[in-house]
Amino acid sequence: MQDDLVHKIKSNPKYHELVSKRNSFKWIMAVIMLVVYYAFILTIAFDKEFMAQPLSAGSVTTIGIPLGIAVIVFAFVLTGIYIQRANAVFDRLNREIKEEVL
Amino acid sequence: MSVWKRVLPTVLLMLITGSALAAGGDVGQVQKQAVNIPAIIMFLVFVAATLGITYWAAQRTKTAKDFYAAGGGITGFQNGLAIAGDYMSAASFLGISGLVFLNGYDGLIYSVGWLVGWPIIMFLIAEQLRNLGKYTYADIVAYRFERVPMRTLAATAALIVVILYLIGQMVGAGKLIQLLFGLDYVYAVIIVGVLIVMYVTFGGMLATTWVQIIKAGLLLTGATVIAFGALYLASDGSMSPEKMFQNAIAKHPKGEAIMGPGTLVTSPIEAISLGLALMFGTAGLPHILMRFFTVGNAIEARKSVFYATGWIGYFYILTFLMGFGAIVLLTGNPEFADAAATGGIRGGQNMAAVNLAAAVGGNLLLGFISAVAFATILAVVSGLTLAGASAISHDLYANVFAHGNVDEQQEVRVSKIATIVLGIIAILLGIAFEKQNVAYLVALTFSVAASANFPILLMSIYYGKMTTRGALIGGWLGLISASVLVFVGPTVWTQILGMGDPIFPLKFPALVSMTIAFLGIWIGSATDNSERAKKEHEAFIAQDVRCQTGIGAEGASSH
Repeated sequence: MQDDLVHKIKSNPKYHELVSKRNSFKWIMAVIMLVVYYAFILTIAFDKEFMAQPLSAGSVTTIGIPLGIAVIVFAFVLTGIYIQRANAVFDRLNREIKEEVL
Repeated sequence: MSVWKRVLPTVLLMLITGSALAAGGDVGQVQKQAVNIPAIIMFLVFVAATLGITYWAAQRTKTAKDFYAAGGGITGFQNGLAIAGDYMSAASFLGISGLVFLNGYDGLIYSVGWLVGWPIIMFLIAEQLRNLGKYTYADIVAYRFERVPMRTLAATAALIVVILYLIGQMVGAGKLIQLLFGLDYVYAVIIVGVLIVMYVTFGGMLATTWVQIIKAGLLLTGATVIAFGALYLASDGSMSPEKMFQNAIAKHPKGEAIMGPGTLVTSPIEAISLGLALMFGTAGLPHILMRFFTVGNAIEARKSVFYATGWIGYFYILTFLMGFGAIVLLTGNPEFADAAATGGIRGGQNMAAVNLAAAVGGNLLLGFISAVAFATILAVVSGLTLAGASAISHDLYANVFAHGNVDEQQEVRVSKIATIVLGIIAILLGIAFEKQNVAYLVALTFSVAASANFPILLMSIYYGKMTTRGALIGGWLGLISASVLVFVGPTVWTQILGMGDPIFPLKFPALVSMTIAFLGIWIGSATDNSERAKKEHEAFIAQDVRCQTGIGAEGASSH
C-alpha cells in the first residue's frame, strides 16, 4: 500500500473509531471465552466431586455433562454475537472509510 | 489431460483388484473381518464421485491461485463445512467416541477443548489471515520480515505439524480398512496414498474443498443416524439420556466413575497445559489456516468460522452420545466381543463408533459408516497433503530457494511433485505407526502447533514491535521445546518407548513451550536495535491498516 493512502486512512477519524471499537470488542470476547473455558477445566482439576455429583437427587446424569455441553453451545453463541456486531457496526464503518479514501 | 486419462483407469483397476483380493478371502489373519460388500460398493461410489469432481476441478485449475486457494471463490457456508470436515477427522470421529467408550466423561473434556479454539480463531485471526495472506499462513508471518529465514521457520513448523497429523490419519485408515474391508493393510494404505495424490495434483484446492464438503455432509448424516439410533436402543426406546447413562453404568467395568472426570486431568498445571494445547493448537494447524484464503473476503472468512463452530459442536455432542451408546450396546455383546482388544471389542476402542453402526443399523449402516470413515481419511489427508505441498512449493521453493523469482506454473509444478513425495511419506508412516492410539497422536500435534506456529502468527499480526530476530528466536524455541518436551514426556518416553519414568511430567507441554515461544519473541524483539528492526516497526503501520480494513488484500479488487 502506498504511504499517502496509509496516511490518509490513518488520519480518518472513522478508522480510529473502527480500530478502537473492534479491538476492544474482540479482545473482550476472546477473554470471555478463555475465562469460561478455564473455569470449566479448572473446576475439573480442582473439584472432580463437584463435576461428578448428580444433577438432581436420584439421577445418574452429573452436573459435569450439561456444563460441558453448555461450554460447547456457548462457544457457538459467542461466534454468532461477534458476527452480529461485525455486520452491524464494523462493516459499516469499514465501508464508509473505503468510500471516503478510495 | 493425457496424464489423467492414463492414471484414472489404473486407479480404478487397483480398486477393483483390491476388492477382488479382499473377496478372495481371509489369508489367515484373525482380526480381519469378512468382506463387507455394501461398504465396498458405497466406498467405490464415493471414489467415483470424487474422481469426477477432481476431473471437473482439474479443468478449472489453471493458475497458482486456483491451485492453492480454489480461485478464492468458495463461500463462507461452503468453507465452514469444509473446515468442519477438516476438523472432523477420522481421528476425532473414531478417537473421541472411543475415548468416551473407554473412559466416559473424559472424552467430553477433549471435545470442549477442541471446540473453544474456534471463537478465538474468529476473534483474533480469521479476518486478519484473509486480509494479509495469499496462499499460506507463512505469507502473514513473513509479511514485513526478512523473507528467507521467516519462510524457512514457518514452512518447517507447518511440515512437522502436517506430518504428525498425517500419522494419526494413516493409522486410522489402516485399522479401519483391516477391520472393515478385509483388505490387506499395505494395499489399503497404498490406495489411500494414490487417491489423495490424484485429488491434490489434478484438482488442487478446488477438488480438495469439494471432497471435504461432501464428506462432511455424509459424516454428519451418518453420525446423526448412529447417535440417535444408539440413544433410542440404549435407553430402551425412551430416548432419555438419563436412562442410557443408567444402562451404561450397569455395563461399564468402571461403573459410576464414567459419569465424572477421570484420569485425563490430574493436576491444575496439567489442566492448564492441556487447555492451551487444545485451544491454541487449532489456530496453528496449516491445513485449517489455508482454508481462509479460499474465500473472497474477510466477511466470508468470519462467516466460515461461525458455520464451522456450529457443525463441529453438534458433531462433538453426537460423538458423546455414540460413546455412551457403545458402552450399552457393545459391552458384553458376543457379536462384537474380542477379549484381546482394548475395551474388549472388535478392533479395539477406536472401532467403537463403527461397531456401534452395525449394532444400530446392521450391515447396511456399517457399510455406510465404513465408507464414510474411509472417505474422511481421504479428505483430511488430501487437505494435509495440500498444506504440506504449499509449504514446500510456495514457501520453501518459490520464496526461499528462488527468492520470489519464479514463474507461477513452475511453482505449481513443484507443488505437484511435493504432493507425490508427501503421498509416499504418508504411506510409509501409515505402515510404521500402526499400533498407536490415534487420539493421543493428534493431541501431541496440537502441542507443537500451539507452541511453534500460533505464537509467531499471532504476534506478527498484533505486536508492532516484533522483529525478524525476535520471531526467529521465539518460533524456533517454541518448535524445539515443544518437540523435545513431548518426546521426553509421559506419552512418548514412557508409553511408546518404554524408557521408564518421564523426564518431563506433563503430557501436553504447551504451558511451558508456549511461554518459551512468547518470551523468546518478546525478548528477542525488544533487544533488537538493528536498522532492519526500525524498518520493520515502520512497516507495521501499513500492515495494520491493510489488516484492519482489507484495503490492498489479495483478490479484494472487486470492491
